[in-house]
Formats: sequence, structure tokens, C-alpha cells
Amino acid sequence: MDQLLTTNAAQLGAAIGAGTTSSEEVTRAHLDRVEAVDDTVNAFLHVAGDEAIAQARAVDAKIAAGEKLGPLAGVPLALKDILTWTKAPTTCASRILEGWIPPYDSGVTERLLAADIVILGKTNLDEFAMGSSTENSAYGPTRNPWATDRIPGGSGGGSAAALVAFEAPLSIGTDTGGSIRQPASVTGTVGIKPTYGGVSRYGLVSLASSLDQAGPCARSVLDAALLHEVIAGHDHRDSTSIDQAVPAVVDAARNGDVSGMKIGVVRELGGEGYNPGVQQRFDEAVALLTRLGAEVVEVSCPNFDHALAAYYLIQPSETSSNLAKFDAMRFGLRIGDDGTHSAEKVMAMTRGAGFGREVKRRIILGTYALSSGYYDAYYGTAQKIRTLITADFTAAFEQCDVLVSPTTPTTAFRIGERVNDPVAMYKADLCTIPSSMAGNAAASFPIGLAPEDGLPVGLQVMAPPMADDRLYRVGAAVEAALAEQWGGPLWQQITPLTTEGAQA
Amino acid sequence: MALSVDDVAQLARLARIELTPDECAALAPELEVILDSVAQVSGVAGEDVAPTSHPVPITNVFRTDEVRPSLSLEAALAGAPAVEQDRFRVPQILGEDA
Repeated sequence: MDQLLTTNAAQLGAAIGAGTTSSEEVTRAHLDRVEAVDDTVNAFLHVAGDEAIAQARAVDAKIAAGEKLGPLAGVPLALKDILTWTKAPTTCASRILEGWIPPYDSGVTERLLAADIVILGKTNLDEFAMGSSTENSAYGPTRNPWATDRIPGGSGGGSAAALVAFEAPLSIGTDTGGSIRQPASVTGTVGIKPTYGGVSRYGLVSLASSLDQAGPCARSVLDAALLHEVIAGHDHRDSTSIDQAVPAVVDAARNGDVSGMKIGVVRELGGEGYNPGVQQRFDEAVALLTRLGAEVVEVSCPNFDHALAAYYLIQPSETSSNLAKFDAMRFGLRIGDDGTHSAEKVMAMTRGAGFGREVKRRIILGTYALSSGYYDAYYGTAQKIRTLITADFTAAFEQCDVLVSPTTPTTAFRIGERVNDPVAMYKADLCTIPSSMAGNAAASFPIGLAPEDGLPVGLQVMAPPMADDRLYRVGAAVEAALAEQWGGPLWQQITPLTTEGAQA
Repeated sequence: MALSVDDVAQLARLARIELTPDECAALAPELEVILDSVAQVSGVAGEDVAPTSHPVPITNVFRTDEVRPSLSLEAALAGAPAVEQDRFRVPQILGEDA
């Protein structure tokens, strides 16, 4: 495999800036790789090859002209297909938006382009980001490069799989209940959910507005931090955007010192129901943090036990409202407009044909939870539990700088294993949901392979709101210590994908 | 928590999603299982707990009332299913089956 494909984004950016390679060369290498392996992986819904080459050449021209560019200038990136970009369709992996070219760039897209990052294309996801396996995509599932009969997590399975298929060194995910962190965990990559409000939601197609947050995905902690710095910051077009300085995430990723840090292990997130290999690697990571000088204590957050149930009331409720805009009138699919059907009928026919099974399930669930007579019992109660979860976090953060848990109870499960069992599927988000509900920053970092199946395990780190830098300190410390132990990063242990009939 | 096939059909009508009888029949037991598992939330929080609608405190955001560039007519209509006279063309709103 071309060495450019396994080089970290920080080093690629430095090499492009120094002129030892060009953005065009790096971009072409990744586009060739996508062509060689994506029939197998299906990480991309759309590859914008010509546009990417044009972008790369523009970056190379700026460098040749002596312009001083950012640290990731010229580095390719894969963008989750739920953020708008005018150069490619935004489908949200749904038939209802098939081929839709948005009329504006998202806030994240604007910042990526302003940082001279080259966008390769749009990545696969569960339809409208509803799912934990990327099997709910209308365009076929993404496969986990560690074992292609396994799921890559979800909803951001495409963005995570692209990193360990070496199709892109950087990607953007979005996290509503764990859609950045759980895919990072099961693919052995780094995924960060910034503090809610830390990254603009402008142009991010809303699933649950009070939970959705875009964030960086990468193979290394420093790469994720550099990308975080690019996309974070206030945006006046998002009324929930936080108007404060971005936490010093890059400094934290370079520092990686946990000595004296107080780290809380959440009692409720572990033990029964967790795969033995997941629990083992997690316990080893905690022991490692102790050896690195952190003070580890156990904390209890009793209301986390109710987080999953409350989430599956709040999320479908907000979704049923947000997805009302897909009404066949102003954009997207329209079915049955033959002069005989009313607008209302066309709307229902279009939504019936355009939405997949899980999306229908959640819209109907949300419609039920919000209906009069049930509102207080369901949505109202779930919102109160949200208050209790936040209070648990507040109390825990009075004792600890960060909290840790496994990112998800299991390693990657088999494709098809949970599609007919929604409740089992939802449990993949058991550990990630509390931070979504409270809005604090959280991340997943790779901590090894489970002995029983050889698949990646993730460490979830949770930090208080706007203390995102602490995630990177812990992540960098763990990454450096484990790389020393393994003789390199975890992804070096992956079995290479076969690249039949195409250039490698 | 009993959710009948008719209940699902009614909810689908409210949500403007046309479902086949087979889809309604398949969804009813699935939704029932989900509702059973989320029903545990009832009784967890007392009367005195305030609901949280949003994770961070929100204040109203104002801006000065001045004209800014916005989407052109062409861009706004570019993704429309049907356009007529520079407007979104929609099906009849007072149909026989409305």
C-alpha cells in the first residue's frame, strides 16, 4: 500500500506545506484507494474526484505562490453525507433526498474549505443518522475493514470505516446518541463529540436538534485535534452555537500528560452485559492511566441507568418534528403528483416511499410520544430524566476531571444480527447517550483488540462542557503508551483489504 | 402497553406517512417492544424535577435588522420537485381525498 495512505494528516500537511509532496499527489493516492477498495467497504455514497483534484491543485498553487496555509492544508477528508456541500448531493442516505444538491455549504464545510482541506466525497450513514450499524442506509451497508462481515458502527459507519480502509486520513462525523464515538470504538479509530454548541449545526440536517453535534474523526489523537480546531467556533447562523474561545485541544493533544489528573470510572457503565474482552481492555486502560500518574476513583451516576429509555423518547420526538420538512413540496422526492392526488396525499405517498423502515419507526414513535394525553408521561418525563443525568454529571465532575467507561458494550457485531431487534440495536448506545443528553464533551479512543474476536475496543472519555481539551490529554497519553507497548498504532494490526483488479 | 395495528395506522396518518397494511402489522409489535422498554422512565423523576429541553442554557439571540445576501431565486428553486412561474408548484390542496 502507498505510504501516503498510512501517513497521519499532521505529517501529510507538513509534507505538502514543505513541498516534499503535493496535495494533488496525496489526493490522487486516496482517490485511487477509494476506487480499489470501496466496492467492498461502501464507505462513500459519492466520490467527488474531479472537484477534489481541482481543490488540491488550487492548494498546490497557493503553496507555490508562497502563501502560508494551515497545518491541514491540502489533506484529504471524507464528509458525512448529512452535512451540506454544494459540490455533491446531500442524501442523508435516504431515498427521499436522492440526488439533492443543496444550495449552500454547511458551517463545517465552509471552515474545512477555508482551511484548504480537500473534500474527497460524502460518506455513508444510517438513514438520517438513525442507527448504530449503518445498515439502515438506503444505499447498502458499510462494511468494517477489520472484518467485512461486521458492522462499522453507526450512524457514522462510513466516516469511521474510510479511516481504517485508508481511503481518507480525516473525516467528519455527527453524534446524536453516539454516532461518532461508537463507530470509532468498533473500527479502532479516534472520534470526538465536542461540547454541544462547540461546532456549528448550520447546514447539518437535523435529526434531534438538542442532541446533534458534528465532530472530528481520525486515526490519531493529534489529527483529530487539528481538525477539531478547524471546525469549532461560534457561528451566528446557529442559535445554539457557543460564543466562547475554542478549548486548546491541539496543545492538549501534544501535551498528553495525565499525571495528577482525577479520573472517575462510572460504576453504572460496565460489568454485566459487557463483552469480557471489552471489559478486560477497559480495565487494562484504567490500570495504564494509573501507571501514567492519574488518580483513578469510582463514581456513581445512578440516573445513567435511565438514559437509554429517555433518549429513545426524546430523539424520536424531535425527529418526528424535524423530518416534517420532507413534505415533497420544496425539495427531494415527490410521488403521485399526477393531477388526481391532493398535496396531503402526495405528501403521505412520498414519505411512505421515501423513508426507510427505521425512520418510519421513529417518526411514528415520536408522533405517539408527543400526542396529547401521552406528552407528560413520555416526553415530559424524559426531559426530567435529562435533568437528573446532567445533575449526576455535575456531581461527578466535582470529584473528577474526566469520567471513563467502555464506549460500547460489545465489539462490532455481524451485519444482519440486530436488524430485526431494535431494542438490541439501541443498546449499542448505552454508554454514549448520557453525554449526548447532558451536552458535555466526550470521545472514543482505541485501546486494543478483544481477545475473543480480535476486534477493536474503545475507551470513552467524558469531560465537562467546554473542557474538550481534557479528552485530548487523556487520549494522547493512552495513545502514546499503547503505541510503545504495541510497537505502533492499533491500525497496524489490521489485515489488509484485498484490492482486486485495481491499482493499489 | 398495547398498541394495535389500527393505532399504528392512525399514527401514520397523523405523521403523513402512507403505510401498507403489512407495514402496520409489522410495526405494531416492534413499537410495542420499544414502548415497553422506554416505559421504565415513568416514576423515575418526581414532581419537583424541572424538565431540560436543551443541554446548554439558551438566551435569545438578536441581530440588527438589515438586509443581507440570501439565496437567489434560481438556487432556492433548483432542488424543487416542480416549478412554475418562479414558484414551487404544489399539488391541489383541496383534493377529493383530502
